[in-house]
Amino acid sequence: MARIIVVTSGKGGVGKTTTSAAIAMGLAKRGHKTAVIDFDVGLRNLDLIMGCERRVVYDFVNVINGEANLNQALIRDKNCNQLYILPASQTRDKDALNLEGVGRVLEELSKDFKYIVCDSPAGIEKGAYLAMYYADDAFVVTNPEVSSVRDSDRMLGILASKSRRAELNMEPIKEYLLLSRYDSDRVESGEMLSLEDVQEILSLHLLGVIPESKSVLNASNSGIPVILDEKSDAGQAYADVVARYLGEKKPLRFIDSKKGFFRKLFGGK
Amino acid sequence: MSLLDYFKSSKSKTASVAKERLQILVAHERYYRNKPSYLPQLQEELMQVIRKYVQVDQDAISVKFEQDDNQETLELNITLPDTQNPRNTQQDMIRNAL
Repeated sequence: MARIIVVTSGKGGVGKTTTSAAIAMGLAKRGHKTAVIDFDVGLRNLDLIMGCERRVVYDFVNVINGEANLNQALIRDKNCNQLYILPASQTRDKDALNLEGVGRVLEELSKDFKYIVCDSPAGIEKGAYLAMYYADDAFVVTNPEVSSVRDSDRMLGILASKSRRAELNMEPIKEYLLLSRYDSDRVESGEMLSLEDVQEILSLHLLGVIPESKSVLNASNSGIPVILDEKSDAGQAYADVVARYLGEKKPLRFIDSKKGFFRKLFGGK
Repeated sequence: MSLLDYFKSSKSKTASVAKERLQILVAHERYYRNKPSYLPQLQEELMQVIRKYVQVDQDAISVKFEQDDNQETLELNITLPDTQNPRNTQQDMIRNAL
């Protein structure tokens, strides 16, 4: 049986697709057969971030409608043979996905895969609902910014009441916090919510802090998940997230201000 | 206090403002979560009805929804204004009638 992970946030632009691509690649690199599914029907982008946009023939909606089978639609990643991508459709029909069809596809994938990563669209509409409905674990991607924290909290309420696990009175979805676009210098100067501030409000199990990093844009420019950029801070932070998710103990990195030199100069701690 | 602290304290620390606003907002939104969605509107309409007779403040009415295993309770609490300083006789009459 596969473990189904939803990468969600409520708010757009916080790094859901970047995170989905990175953690799916991280899990696959460690030898776990992983599928990553784009639930953003009409605005697919996971294929671009994964660098497989020119290899899309069939998509998620084709599989649900029986126009293609799963093996025809799944794209094997060019960097890792344990990783497969199921792209979203570009149809403008917002009812293209349905609960029963999504359930069928996930069940079929579960037979063959260890992890299934569902990249949720922004918002709390149907696509976001379907992405989280069957999940076992939720990675709540949050930026240290008021609207993102509020939307994450809203999403937590939805995860706790509208998911399959909630409806069947099963053990609830495990919710994890992934704080991204973290600028430790701005936190230090009191201009940005700190990890502690966000945790005080959301109180979630923290999987990691992803620093604001130029490497994320460079990675998406080239269509290579940032986790493969092993020299970059964001890449290393995502590698830590994957390790922690798999139960390893990793100390938090990239949360202290980079301006340590100046602090020393001016007699700070 | 280091020299750096001096410069830092001269800046406005917007993060603490953000945190405070979020704490209030999130607590409020969590309160209404998983409760009937008609509660805010019910409160608003009750307020309108009561204000036809008694001039009460915005926060004079509280609607509480409690839920336990086998029953749901809707508790309505209205605080009437102090009778010592009546605004006009009409209101006073209503109050006496109440």
